[in-house]
Amino acid sequence: MIPILFVAFALIVVGCALMVILHRNPVTSALFLVLSFCGLAGLYVLLQAEFLAMVQVIVYAGAIMVLFLFVIMYLNLKRDREDGMPFVLRRGVGWAVGLVLLAEGALLMARRWAPGPIDLSLPPAIGNTAAIGQTLYSRYLFPFEVTSILLLVAMVGAVLIGRGRTQPPPGGTAR
Amino acid sequence: MSLPTVVPLSWYLALSATLFVIGVIGVLVRRNALIIFMSIELMLNAANLAFVAFAQHHKSLDGQIFVFFVMTVAAAEVAIGLAIIVNVFRLKETVYVDEINLLKG
Repeated sequence: MIPILFVAFALIVVGCALMVILHRNPVTSALFLVLSFCGLAGLYVLLQAEFLAMVQVIVYAGAIMVLFLFVIMYLNLKRDREDGMPFVLRRGVGWAVGLVLLAEGALLMARRWAPGPIDLSLPPAIGNTAAIGQTLYSRYLFPFEVTSILLLVAMVGAVLIGRGRTQPPPGGTAR
Repeated sequence: MSLPTVVPLSWYLALSATLFVIGVIGVLVRRNALIIFMSIELMLNAANLAFVAFAQHHKSLDGQIFVFFVMTVAAAEVAIGLAIIVNVFRLKETVYVDEINLLKG
């Protein structure tokens, strides 16, 4: 049952990701990206990472993609114009490089490889929110706090960049 | 064709590699800065999938914690990047990366 679900979710993810890069309309691309993220959340559930699945849906498919859609609609983008010789050339080069990368990955996977020994000292039941919280607030406390600073800096930076050019007040210096 | 009862790790890695390559192709092929951003998100999610797959395989939580941090960085990156794109659009009236050539003069 689980491999069937895996194949279904994988088809959703790959198909929607292809539509993201193939579709001309940015709004449609963004909505396909939301679907792709939802498929990834399903894969996380299959991997017993329920907390990450929830965060994937709430943060990625919810917050980040809403921001994308907001900007696309704010800029009022129509369908992309992509025609002429340079675009055909670039498309050919892009797909060629991508196929080379894919072949490289396939070659790597076809070689003999082993993912290393499995640590069985930990209990196998992982992925629940409580365990992640315990680890996050004990072993990874410092990176967690640094993350909050990163978010604060990003917020201030986004506000500063996004407000645009303001007229300097009369008699004063700009900014 | 008989399916195995559990999904092997290599399937997840193959899916992750495919997703990453789709992201790379998107960055190379498209000229809309927003689509390029979405392709970068695809690549970040491919890495996340590999993290979670290895975390499940090793019965360890560290990979999932890393995915949490990657998501945070992605959120910050999207906020800043979209603000920059909006600013560039105000200045140049375009989001196509090949028309944004201020340094070229």
